[in-house]
Amino acid sequence: MKALLVLEDGKTFEGISLGVTGNTQGEVVFNTGMTGYQEILTDPSYAGQIVTLTYPLIGNYGINEDDGESRDVQVRGLIVHETSDMPSNWRSRKTLHAYLTEKSIVAIQGIDTRALTRHLRGDGVKMGTITTNETAEEAISRLQASPRYDSVELNRLVTTENTYLWNRQSTSPDVYDPTSKPTEKFRVAVIDCGVKYNILRSLALLNCETVVFPCTATHAEILSCNPHGVMLSPGPGDPSHLGYLVETVRRIVGIKPIMGVCLGNQILGSVFGSRTFKLKFGHRGSNHPIKDLNTGKVYITSQNHGYAVDPDALKDGMEVAHINLNDGTVEGLKHKELPIFSIQYHPEASPGPKDSMFFFEEFVRSFT
Amino acid sequence: MPLDTSLKRVMVIGSGPIIIGQAAEFDYAGSQACRALREDNIEVILLNSNPATIMTDLDMADRIYIEPLNVEFASRVIERERPDGLLPTLGGQTGLNLATQLAEAGILQKYNVRLLGTPLEAIRKAEDRDEFRTLMRSLGEPVPESWIITDEAQLAEPASSGIWPLIVRPAYTMGGSGGGIAHNIDQLTEITRRGLALSMRHQVMVERYLQGWKEVEYEVMRDSNDTAITICNMENFDPMGVHTGDSIVIAPSQTLTDREYQMLRSASLRIIRSLGIEGGCNVQLSLDPHSFRY
Repeated sequence: MKALLVLEDGKTFEGISLGVTGNTQGEVVFNTGMTGYQEILTDPSYAGQIVTLTYPLIGNYGINEDDGESRDVQVRGLIVHETSDMPSNWRSRKTLHAYLTEKSIVAIQGIDTRALTRHLRGDGVKMGTITTNETAEEAISRLQASPRYDSVELNRLVTTENTYLWNRQSTSPDVYDPTSKPTEKFRVAVIDCGVKYNILRSLALLNCETVVFPCTATHAEILSCNPHGVMLSPGPGDPSHLGYLVETVRRIVGIKPIMGVCLGNQILGSVFGSRTFKLKFGHRGSNHPIKDLNTGKVYITSQNHGYAVDPDALKDGMEVAHINLNDGTVEGLKHKELPIFSIQYHPEASPGPKDSMFFFEEFVRSFT
Repeated sequence: MPLDTSLKRVMVIGSGPIIIGQAAEFDYAGSQACRALREDNIEVILLNSNPATIMTDLDMADRIYIEPLNVEFASRVIERERPDGLLPTLGGQTGLNLATQLAEAGILQKYNVRLLGTPLEAIRKAEDRDEFRTLMRSLGEPVPESWIITDEAQLAEPASSGIWPLIVRPAYTMGGSGGGIAHNIDQLTEITRRGLALSMRHQVMVERYLQGWKEVEYEVMRDSNDTAITICNMENFDPMGVHTGDSIVIAPSQTLTDREYQMLRSASLRIIRSLGIEGGCNVQLSLDPHSFRY
């Protein structure tokens, strides 16, 4: 069946429907990774977005039962050049199309993803819609009537409803009993703005059980689990909606070691006087080079962010620790005295390179 | 990594003939190296036996010698040109072997030529199958059961191990020429005899033959600051058992999930770091199509 991708500027691409029929809207962004589509689809940081995968053939290794990064598909829609309906991998259980259909995702294939990506890169990301039952004009008027990506706080939609526990035995969230003793050597409190399971898995491998709190939890609730450290999770959306979270974190500074990932980097930036700005087309992919300013080392990193921290306003001992080698933007912060640091990219990988996994070890070392 | 300004004139060993194990990508890599050196105003002296390559085009190097790639001719070029450095790591197996021989013959020392890129010690560690296997074990990287054979009498052990088929690979030959697959003791003896004769070091490795496993490669680069990246990965269309030269290879891999892709990428980076390679390196791995074993 025919499907249309219509952008807010009127640019229209005609393709073929993938997943379910109907319509969907969101911010259209692109990811340049060549593997990892299952992880991308289930990454809560893509909430509210329609993701274009620039690699031209997607679905070759199918969908399996263990590579999900959250409890569900999180993207608003998916754009690919071509899908494979004959997956080849020992863990594959279904095709990409079957998975999208099961999860009621509206997607489109058969469009020139290279032209689309060049348009977004040249002109910046923009709102867009995929439809199988409207004309381009109808789709545009519906799009104009729907809220813009930046205008809503998405974190409350993707955060956990109840506080939960994750340890080495977990494959999905376990029940958290506030009166229980820690099951591992260390306990980390995670503030969930859209956490990926591999952050919890990576910490579990380092003898940390994690207690995952909703992003609206108070600092008293978070500290009541008596954690060795506090992790600020990644998450979708414009961080300027999260003033309440900045206040929560401000009250934890100086009390516990803090590590921030992605959105967590932006939150820490705001706690230490800075603000964020929107990048033209964001950083999304598995091959972004960053430089660690302390060691001079370069890592290839997994990235997924549309906002960056303004380095100029940082104060109270917070410094830029890593920069992106493509555009020079801030990719990490480190406090001069306190055990507080953050990474704008994804040390947990999944998808992407594992070059920077050691930051979890650095975090755990600050507990003792 | 900053530019080393003590280098004014560098000799590059070219790719030589294009055959299995010495394929056209070396011409491409060598041409890029010549271009990169000249971009930094370094004079490039090129030695290559194959005039039908891109790198021997007139505008690729400052002076081009189309001569046999052996110690005799290379020494004469070095004597005449007196380069500050020798870059052998972009000419495939031919370049590596020639650099090793030039160093062992004392030519590099005599004319005060610095060997650029990967140190000889690292090349030796990667090429010597016994040393490589020991290093992999110390890294915790899985390697198939194998035996180093320098003498036919040593075949008793693999022949009685109960592991068949076995593959015989001569050390230091291009594309593993002279090797083969043995299903019984007679084949094992015959292939080993042939392999020993062809090996520069009179050494072959006999190992478990991973028939049917996926064949995956990573092109890896590392600099002296220990920054290491993968340029790409590749997946052979046919599994282990079909020679690469009879098959096609696809970049990037097509049937690896991100978890498998990153597992093998991390392994490739651990290997290049442990070898101390400075420059490019091709890491070949094999992955069980039904588990995470590699």
